[in-house]
Amino acid sequence: MKVYAKIAAIGAMVLGLAACSSGPKEILIGGVGPVTGAAATFGVSTKNAYEMAIAEWNAKGGVLGKQIKLDFADDKGDPTEGATVYTKLIQQDKVVAIVGTVMSKVSLAGAPICQAAGIPMISPTSTNPKVTQVGDYIFRACFIDPFQGTVGAQFSYNTLNAKKAGVLFDNGNDYDKGLAEYFQAEYTKLGGTVVDYEGYSTGATDFKAQLTKIVAQKPDVLYSPNYYQDDALIAKQARELGFKGPIVGGDGWDSPDLVKIGGSAVENCYFTNHYSKDDTRPIVQDFVKKYQAKYGEVPDALAALGYDAMNIMLDAIKRAGKTDGASIRDALKATDLAVVSGQVKFDANRDPIKSAVVIAIQNGQQVYKTTVNP
Amino acid sequence: MKYPKFLVAAAVFYAAIMLLSLVGVLNGYFMIIINRSLIFVILAVSLNLINGITGQFSLGHMGFAAIGAYVSGTITTLIFKLPLPHALGLAEMGAETVFILAIVAGGAAAAFIGFLIGFPSLRLKGDYLAIVTLGFGEIIRTIVNNIDYIGGPRGLLGIPMFSNFTVIFAFAFLTVVIIRNTIESSHGRAMLAIRENELAADLSGVDTTRYKVTGFAMGAFFAGIAGGLLAHLISLAHPTQFGFLQSAMILILVYAGGMGSLTGSVIAAFLLTFLTEVLRLVIDWLNGTVGIPIGTEWTMVVYALILILVMLFKPEGLMGGREAKILILPRKTK
Repeated sequence: MKVYAKIAAIGAMVLGLAACSSGPKEILIGGVGPVTGAAATFGVSTKNAYEMAIAEWNAKGGVLGKQIKLDFADDKGDPTEGATVYTKLIQQDKVVAIVGTVMSKVSLAGAPICQAAGIPMISPTSTNPKVTQVGDYIFRACFIDPFQGTVGAQFSYNTLNAKKAGVLFDNGNDYDKGLAEYFQAEYTKLGGTVVDYEGYSTGATDFKAQLTKIVAQKPDVLYSPNYYQDDALIAKQARELGFKGPIVGGDGWDSPDLVKIGGSAVENCYFTNHYSKDDTRPIVQDFVKKYQAKYGEVPDALAALGYDAMNIMLDAIKRAGKTDGASIRDALKATDLAVVSGQVKFDANRDPIKSAVVIAIQNGQQVYKTTVNP
Repeated sequence: MKYPKFLVAAAVFYAAIMLLSLVGVLNGYFMIIINRSLIFVILAVSLNLINGITGQFSLGHMGFAAIGAYVSGTITTLIFKLPLPHALGLAEMGAETVFILAIVAGGAAAAFIGFLIGFPSLRLKGDYLAIVTLGFGEIIRTIVNNIDYIGGPRGLLGIPMFSNFTVIFAFAFLTVVIIRNTIESSHGRAMLAIRENELAADLSGVDTTRYKVTGFAMGAFFAGIAGGLLAHLISLAHPTQFGFLQSAMILILVYAGGMGSLTGSVIAAFLLTFLTEVLRLVIDWLNGTVGIPIGTEWTMVVYALILILVMLFKPEGLMGGREAKILILPRKTK
C-alpha cells in the first residue's frame, strides 16, 4: 500500500500547488522556449530576451497600469511537452497571451491549443508557414522559410551574379529542406540553373561524396541552408575540393562557432538573417548594448526575435486597452511597430512583412552586406 | 468475471477522473498529463512484454509507435480533411468509429512490420538483437523523413484531435488486460520459459521462434496503438518524436517499474510523467511565492537524480518482479 500512499501524496501536492496563482495587480504573460534539450542555446537566448523586454516595460510603468509578469515554461524542443506546457499556461496559470515558441514543430503542437482557448500566441522564430495557418490567434515575429530561400536565390543571382548553383542540404530537417526547395524554385525562375541538388542525412560530418559531385558541375555559388556546425564543415570540405566561389546560407549560420569551426574556409560566405548587430538604427544599437551589458554576449537572431515578439505582444495589449483574447488579437493584427528586426506589419496570414539582411563573413567577422526587401 | 477487483479499481479510477474533470477540479492541464501517462502505460506495458516477459531486448519501440501514428494519422486526416472519402460515405460512419478503426489499423500495421522484422532478427540474442531493433527504429525515422506525402521532416500536421480520456483509458485498460491474460495463458508461460532459459525451453518442446515473434508482434501492435493515440492527442506526428532517445525513455519506464512487472510499468508511467510536472510546479512555486530564482532547466537535473537514486536503492525497479494483488489471476484450487 506504500505505493498508493505515495501517489496520493503527490496528487495532494499537485492540487495544493494548483491553488497558488498570481495577484490581480499583474498581467501574466506566458513565455515558452526550449531551455533544455538539443535546442537549449536557442531557448536560453529567447528566455533572456523575454525577460529583458518585460523588465524594460515594467521600468516604464508596465502595461495598462499593471506590472507584467513572465510565466516561463520549458518545452524541451518536444511537441508532446509543448502541448503540455501550452495547456498548463492557459488552463492552470491563466495567462492572457503566450509568446513562444522557438521550434516550428513545437509551435504547431501549441497553436491549436491557443486557438481553441482564444489566447493570442506569437512565435518568435517558428519559420514553418503552417504555424500561423492554424488560426487567427496565431502570429509570428520572423519571416518564413519561403521568404528566406527566395531572398537567398535573389541575392545569389542578382548581387553575386552567379548563374549556376549547387545546393546541399540536410534532408532530415524541415528548416534546411524548406529553404533549399524555395531557393531552387526562385533561382530557376530568375533564369539560373541549379546544376546539382543534393541531400545528406542528419548528423553527417563527411560531405565529400556530395561535394565532389557538386564541384564537378562547376557551380558559381553553393547554397548550404543548414545549421552552423554542418555549414562550417561543408565550407571546409568544399574548399579542400577546390571550390573557390561564394557559399550562401540562411539564419542557421548565425553563431560565433561558425568561424571557430570553419576558420578561413567561411571567408567569401554570405547568409540571410533577421537582423545585423551592425545595423545603425538606434533601436538596434540600444538593444545590442543593453543585452551585452546584462548577459555578457552579443545577442544572436533568436534573442533579437524573442525581444521583438515580446515587444509586439505587449504593444498590442497596450493598444487593446483590455486583456481579453479577442481584443489583443485585433490589436496584434493592426500592429505597425519598429522593432530590432525591422518595421513590423502583419499580412493576411499573420506573418510579418519585413526585410531580411544579408551578412558577409570577412576576416572572421560578421559584416552587414545589404538589406533585401520582400 | 476474471478480474473482479481489477475491473472495479479501473472503473473507480475512470469515474473519479471523469467526475473531477466535470466539476472542474482537474483542468485541461491535468487531463493532458493523465492522458500522456496512460499512453506511456500502453508503451511501457507492451515493451515489458518483449523485454521483461519474453526476455528479448528491443531498443526500437518508438519505431512501432511511429508506424501507428503515421498510419492512423494519415487515415483520419484523409477521411476528415479531404472531400473524396466524404463522397465514398466513409466520414458518415461517425467520427468515433472511424477514429478507433484507424487506431487499430495503425496497431495492425505496426504488428505486421514487427512480424517482418522479428522473423529474421529474433534468431539473434542479447546485444545483437538490441542493435537490430535500434537500427530498425532509425530506419523507420529515416523513411518517414523522406516521404513528402506524409510531411517528411516537417511532420504530419493537422491530425484531428480525437484522443480523449475515455478512448485512451479504454485502450490502456485493454492493453493491460490482454497482456496480463496472455502472460497467464500457455503462450505466456512459453514466453516466460524462453526468458528463463531459451535452450531448456527449446528442449522442452517450446517453439521458441514462434513465441518470440508472437511476443514481439504483440508488443509492436500496442506500441502502434499508443503512437496513434499520441498523434491524435497533440494533432501532429513528427519524426523526431519517435527517435532512439524516446525509445530509451520507455525502456527507463520498464526498468524503473521493474522488469516483468506490469504493475511496475503502470506505476512508473504515471509516476515519472507526473514527476516532471510536479517538479515544474515546485520550481514555479519557488520562483513565484518563495522568491528563490531557480531556472526551469533544473527540473531535468532533479528528474535524473531521482532516477539514479531509484536505480541505486531499488535496482530491481519499484515493483521488482511482483504484481499488485488485483492484477493476479485467482488460482483454481483443486
